[in-house]
Amino acid sequence: MANTVEMPKLGFDMTEGKLVKWVKGENEKIEKGDVLAEIETDKATVEVESPFGGVVAKHLVSENSFIPVGSPIAVITAEGETFDQNTLPANIIESTDAMAANQPSIKEKETSQVGSQAISEVEAKGSADERKTNSMLKASPLAKRIAREKGIDLTTISGSGPGERIVKRDLEKAQLGQPAAGLQPKPKPDTAVSIPRAKDEVIEISRLRAAIGKRMLESHQSIPYFTVTHSYNAEALITLRKELNEGAAEEAKISINDFFIRAVSLALADFPNLNASISGSQITRHGVTNIGVAVAVENGLLTIVVKDANQKTLPEVSREMKEMAARVRDGKVRNDDIEGSTFTISNLGMFEVEDFTAIINPPEAAILAIGSTMQVPVVINGSLSVGWRVKATLTADHRITDGAEAARFMQHLALFLEQPWRLL
Amino acid sequence: MAIITMREAISQALWEEMERDPKVFILGEEVGVWGGTYAVTKGFLDHFGPERVRDTPISEAAIIGAAIGAALNGLRPIAELMTINFAFVAMDHIVNEAAKLHYMFNGQFRLPLVIRTPGGGGRQLAATHSQTPDAIFAHFPGLIVVAPGTPEDAKGLLKSAIRSEDPVLFIENATVYQQRGEVPEGEFTIPIGKSKVQREGKDVTLVTYSKMVSYSLQAATQLEKEGIDVEIVDLRTLRPLDMDPVITSFKKTNHAVIAEEGWKSYGVGAEIAARIYEEAFDYLDAPIKRVAQKEVPLPYNRRLEQLALPQVDDIVNAVMEVLK
Amino acid sequence: MEKSEHLELYRQMVLIRRLEETAAELYQKGEIGGFLHLYIGQEAVSTGVVAARQPQDHVITAYRDHGVAINVGIPCKVVLAELLGKTTGCSGGKGGSMHLASVEKHFWGGHAIVGAHLPIATGLALADQMEKRNAVTMCMFGEGATNIGFFHEAINMAKTWGLPVLWICENNRYGMGTSPERASAVSEIIQKACGYGMRAYDVDGMDVIAVKNMVSERLEDIRAGNGPQFLEVCTYRFRGHSMGDPERYRTKEEVQRFVDKGPIDNYRKYLLAEGISDEAGLIAIEEQALAEVEDGVKFAHESPAPSDEALFENIYVEDAERG
Repeated sequence: MANTVEMPKLGFDMTEGKLVKWVKGENEKIEKGDVLAEIETDKATVEVESPFGGVVAKHLVSENSFIPVGSPIAVITAEGETFDQNTLPANIIESTDAMAANQPSIKEKETSQVGSQAISEVEAKGSADERKTNSMLKASPLAKRIAREKGIDLTTISGSGPGERIVKRDLEKAQLGQPAAGLQPKPKPDTAVSIPRAKDEVIEISRLRAAIGKRMLESHQSIPYFTVTHSYNAEALITLRKELNEGAAEEAKISINDFFIRAVSLALADFPNLNASISGSQITRHGVTNIGVAVAVENGLLTIVVKDANQKTLPEVSREMKEMAARVRDGKVRNDDIEGSTFTISNLGMFEVEDFTAIINPPEAAILAIGSTMQVPVVINGSLSVGWRVKATLTADHRITDGAEAARFMQHLALFLEQPWRLL
Repeated sequence: MAIITMREAISQALWEEMERDPKVFILGEEVGVWGGTYAVTKGFLDHFGPERVRDTPISEAAIIGAAIGAALNGLRPIAELMTINFAFVAMDHIVNEAAKLHYMFNGQFRLPLVIRTPGGGGRQLAATHSQTPDAIFAHFPGLIVVAPGTPEDAKGLLKSAIRSEDPVLFIENATVYQQRGEVPEGEFTIPIGKSKVQREGKDVTLVTYSKMVSYSLQAATQLEKEGIDVEIVDLRTLRPLDMDPVITSFKKTNHAVIAEEGWKSYGVGAEIAARIYEEAFDYLDAPIKRVAQKEVPLPYNRRLEQLALPQVDDIVNAVMEVLK
Repeated sequence: MEKSEHLELYRQMVLIRRLEETAAELYQKGEIGGFLHLYIGQEAVSTGVVAARQPQDHVITAYRDHGVAINVGIPCKVVLAELLGKTTGCSGGKGGSMHLASVEKHFWGGHAIVGAHLPIATGLALADQMEKRNAVTMCMFGEGATNIGFFHEAINMAKTWGLPVLWICENNRYGMGTSPERASAVSEIIQKACGYGMRAYDVDGMDVIAVKNMVSERLEDIRAGNGPQFLEVCTYRFRGHSMGDPERYRTKEEVQRFVDKGPIDNYRKYLLAEGISDEAGLIAIEEQALAEVEDGVKFAHESPAPSDEALFENIYVEDAERG
């Protein structure tokens, strides 16, 4: 019997997806669960598994076409079964035909949109390619390493070093420019040396970037948000992490971020308003605590989600984070990895950031922005000393919560960060 | 803490060690009656006598050879080569004999000998009297090569050199004997084979030694006004080379400049740069720059000579270049 | 001299000869590498020199050092082990043929750079003088070395400071392939000493007793505080400068003339003529020597080669990991 595979809904707000690549060709055998195709959504490129086993009888759509959610994209028949297109239900044929008919118009729209920017895109792509092929992408070893670690595409970064070499500060600037992190870019102090730049580079905004931009603009403009900053004593955290990581293999090492995921998930237990979502006139206090973690990707940002973080152990959280991050790096992120967060955290601690303000990930109630763990002057019993501190800033939706509650949450969080044995 | 000159620091080290151990003695040209051509051993002959403060004929090979023989046979000689430019006539005994006897005879021979010699240019002494061939001597395994840049380091390291059981080439700089610096009072030594951070900073790692240490400090002061914070790592010993503080610093700053008085080609900087590339490649945010003497024999004319030698401004410019 | 002393000298000379012949064979088999400088023909020189010394006196020589090594008492098997580069060699396999030594026997090597050990000899004597030990340094070198700067610097400094050195020049008539007539302004070598105001003597190097007696006198003289002295020992090497020397600089006839009047044969005749030993006694010594060398070869073959770690050992006294 012929089974139709439809464009899956891979995100709560997904309306259409772009089929970028057929992984299984026509007439290829396929098992249930095998990857059938790669689909690009607003957020990421996702591998889609086949719900049926058998043989891929037909691709109903071509690569690089945009398909509305729910529309058929492929037919899978049992082995040995002959497939006659005419046997497909009429509406499917219709819709595929319609889709085929629509394709040109969608493509046209795309083309015309592209057309107006065609010249600049070609130019931008050209120069990026040129830098890539002619000068082998000039980037310092440090910049290459940072890019590799953070999953940043160097061909999208412009270099300010001699000979347009990409250096560390260019990556730092690029990170600062990411809207999802909600950073108010702090201007870097000018060195006495002026940086010679020959020409501007115009880059077309990618799908991902556009999607992020749209959402962040909406969030920023429509949510009456406020922020609360709290400085946490990190001594105990650092000590505990050192103890836990002593002798541990690289893959098993626990990061400060892992601690935060656990701490936040436990602290939220007493603050259901912050583990909530708003829709219209209703506030939904979530039964689960899924902590979303913002990670940088090629051209934008993703939120990977640790589900039920309040019920998982610290090593489990750490392992899960590493596994998901690896999938993100390899471009094999799963739908499950990026959906369902109830509260998001964003960590810029690796960039010597004192503190920053993140933009809420709608429809969530709040987002926590974490700065660097650093040694600062502290006052203890009236005298000056040195201590390890980490600052975190909560951005919260005033329609759901208020200042006092937010402040009390931040205070409560201290219990878990400053007495980290509670997280074990 | 006392403030004394480089000359005084070296002189004190020699005096204290001669007092401490009767096996220590000095030999060299004009070290006795003249008191040393840089006045380092002034007063020594009267106090320690002609057996222990020996004026030699002009025979560098024999001076070093005899020092080797005396060291083999139970004494602790400190041979002075009037300048490092004269070391070439004793090259065989420095690098073929002193550096190798312990190894070739499988540990039977001990050579607790020190060869003291000043190098460097800038006094219009012309090409053959103004060289900084430190890198050549640092090339040979079996020799220990020390080159301090401050009076404290000079005193502490010379004492360690004299007490060492291995042959040490102790390179001074002929133009900075009057350089002043703080030196601890009382008995102290400084370990051979340890680099030192002379100035902490976070923007760039400036690796240097000997006379260039004080030049680097001046450069750092100038750069501070431009908002650039320089970390200066003083090698102090060329062989064995302690790269740990250099690498630690470089991992912090990601930028490096090396300043030396010798020529750039095949110099000390070449070694440091190679090691930084080997050990910290992924921390490199810019190519490493070397500040060194121009590739010319040093001329007599005063202005030309200064033009050839590395200056404070050259270090400042190199730092700016590397941070571009 | 006592009978036993004579026989001991004869034994040493024969042992050196057998050792050198065997070394040549091993070299040709490829078991000894690098340079091999044989002492064949010159056995009387080192034997006489070392026999004359008191235990505190020093001996230092150039690269043709196997003779001295045997004379000072380094076991033949230890020399062979060093030639084969084994850990049981006197320099642990790290020095080779040119760098035999034994500090405890006051034998300071075995040096490869021509003339470089002369200033070192000056230094050894300097230390003895400063420490007021009753020792003399005997520095042996070839006539070719009298042309290099080190020679002049060393003997000048020793004479200026009145140091207890006996400069012993083994004139074997060829510095590699060049005779003194072609290399020196003054080819009568003792004359060079005169330029430095030193007492200078010469002796027939083919006569071990003559060498021993002469050296003994010189040592006594120097020990009495009369400053350094110079001794030219006339000798001849029967084989080439080193293995692989095509010997284009001399005729076979010339060599044969010296071989016929060689030191061992000379001494043999003397011992028999003076009734110090009989034929059987001498043969016994000769066979003993051969057996000792053969044992030595076996020992060397069975000895271990140095490990990889040995590469980095003894570069410095103080820290094995320096550098």
